[in-house]
Amino acid sequence: MHLSYQVVLAQLMLGLNIGAFYAILSLGLAVIFGLLNIINFAHGALYMLGAFVALLGYNELGPLLGMPDFHMNYWTALLVAPLVVGSLGVLIEKTMLRRLYKVDHLYGLLLTFGLALILQGVFTNYFNVSGISYNGKPEILRGAVNLKFMMFPTYRLWSIAISLAVCFATWFVIERTKLGSYLRAGTENPSLVQAFGINVPLMITLTYGFGVGMAAFAGVVAAPIYSVSPIMGSELIITVFAVVVIGGMGSIMGSICTGLSLGMLEGLTKVIYPPAANTVIFFMMILVLLVKPEGLFGKEQ
Amino acid sequence: MSVNRKLWAALFLAGLAAPFLIYPVFVMQLLCFALFACAFNLLIGYTGLLSFGHAAFFGGAAYVTGYLVKNAGLTPELGVIVGTLAAGLMGYIFGILTIRRQGIYFAMITLALAQVIYFIALKAPFTGGEDGLQDVPRGMFLGLVDLGHTYHVAGKPLELNLYYFVFIIFCIGFWIIHRAIHSPFGQILKAIRENEPRAISLGYKVERLKLLAFVISASLAGTAGATKSLVFQLASLTDVSWHTSGEVVLMTLLGGLGTVLGPVVGAFTVVALQAELSAFGSWVTVVIGITFVVCVLSFRRGFVGEVLEKIRTRPPKPND
Repeated sequence: MHLSYQVVLAQLMLGLNIGAFYAILSLGLAVIFGLLNIINFAHGALYMLGAFVALLGYNELGPLLGMPDFHMNYWTALLVAPLVVGSLGVLIEKTMLRRLYKVDHLYGLLLTFGLALILQGVFTNYFNVSGISYNGKPEILRGAVNLKFMMFPTYRLWSIAISLAVCFATWFVIERTKLGSYLRAGTENPSLVQAFGINVPLMITLTYGFGVGMAAFAGVVAAPIYSVSPIMGSELIITVFAVVVIGGMGSIMGSICTGLSLGMLEGLTKVIYPPAANTVIFFMMILVLLVKPEGLFGKEQ
Repeated sequence: MSVNRKLWAALFLAGLAAPFLIYPVFVMQLLCFALFACAFNLLIGYTGLLSFGHAAFFGGAAYVTGYLVKNAGLTPELGVIVGTLAAGLMGYIFGILTIRRQGIYFAMITLALAQVIYFIALKAPFTGGEDGLQDVPRGMFLGLVDLGHTYHVAGKPLELNLYYFVFIIFCIGFWIIHRAIHSPFGQILKAIRENEPRAISLGYKVERLKLLAFVISASLAGTAGATKSLVFQLASLTDVSWHTSGEVVLMTLLGGLGTVLGPVVGAFTVVALQAELSAFGSWVTVVIGITFVVCVLSFRRGFVGEVLEKIRTRPPKPND
């Protein structure tokens, strides 16, 4: 095999791209886990839903409104999809998850698992599992950029940049602002925070909405790269769970760093031993569990 | 005879008569999944551990048995035994890695480990990849009885040899679980579920007991998977996928966590539901999903659990 440094760098860049998706998805999971203590099994399905909002907005919304030439553009989708999915998240939290806080947290996992099946099943019925390509990629993000060592697709570069920006903005809000300190305090001791006059139930609802909104955002960013299909989330989510376990459950920084580096590790594996590319993360997970069972950035609960 | 004994005798007779009344392969499928759910219930219902990776044992054993029976000419009973042992060994390794974790952490790690098994099944040279292991022979039981033999009773083809083979395996598995639950070991497991620190303070080696429960559960899940690979003559990726892990949770939850018969009822319901709805394509997934949601929100005791609760809380009759 020819192992030029160009090949390695190219795979690392592609890996960074995948890693950015891992980071943003596992971050959403971490935020939700932090405050709700629930592993959001529906995360992958809501990511898929975000991609479908972009796809349907582009392909179907115009004809539906009687304006065949109308396409909801990419930038609008980037805003609308998180809002739509986030609202759905608020609804889910208010009507279902809320009723489960008093019982074992495992029931939250089971409920969201059921929701994931429902979403995935409904979309499979209407759209089949074969992917549909999204054609709404904006003109400005087409083409490729010369990175000296390779020509890299502009869109992929953009998707890395925007995902990282969202990740670090989230990290900043949670770790460095007053709102974030309320959130962190709310996870530690909800009743005490409530006593200070902060509406904790509302905070929890909005956190869930925000977390799944991030998943939808990632879905829109992914739509022009991967084909949009009802099972796109269910394939990804398990890997993201592994990222979460490796990073340390609920750790914000852990999610970001682990997501990015594992994406790159996956890219590197593609160069060295391609068949293991999908599995390397899980072997990594076993390794980490043996050495540091609470995850790289995690604290024991 | 006590009410309990009458119930068991009736169920046993129903099991003996079942292939004459219902399509035998369907009953065998029910029995395999029922055993799988019972094994799973030993863990979640009696020890309080939610494993989200039990498909690894079910499917892993299916592959081992399928491969050995097909390529090494093992007899079916040896195939099932080796499959069971393989699942037990996997369970031991999984257990060592996970048993110190609690709740959601435990669920996530078992899920991720099971995913490793899934990828091995997808990539390893002997598993048939996407197609799975096909045409697993049913073989000769003890080298004497042909399990592939089909009888014709009143014009209907009945695979009676295979059916009673599966029925016996189910009964043995169910009996082992029943014994485990009603032994001192089972009582300690319940104590661990209710209050782990207290069990520790009473001097029980909690980790070792949990590990033992995990290995028993994994082994019997493996028995179910191994048997399934003989019934359908197939070990496939579905058997090891996380959807199967989810389904067994649903079966147990629907029937009743921590009840002896609950998982059997739950497995029958889910498998029957899938068979009935198979014509509606992926609406099956939707119905399963809705069942999950309804169960979790308003029905946490499950069928059998609700019935037991009714009996327990029934006000005594005036002349009692």
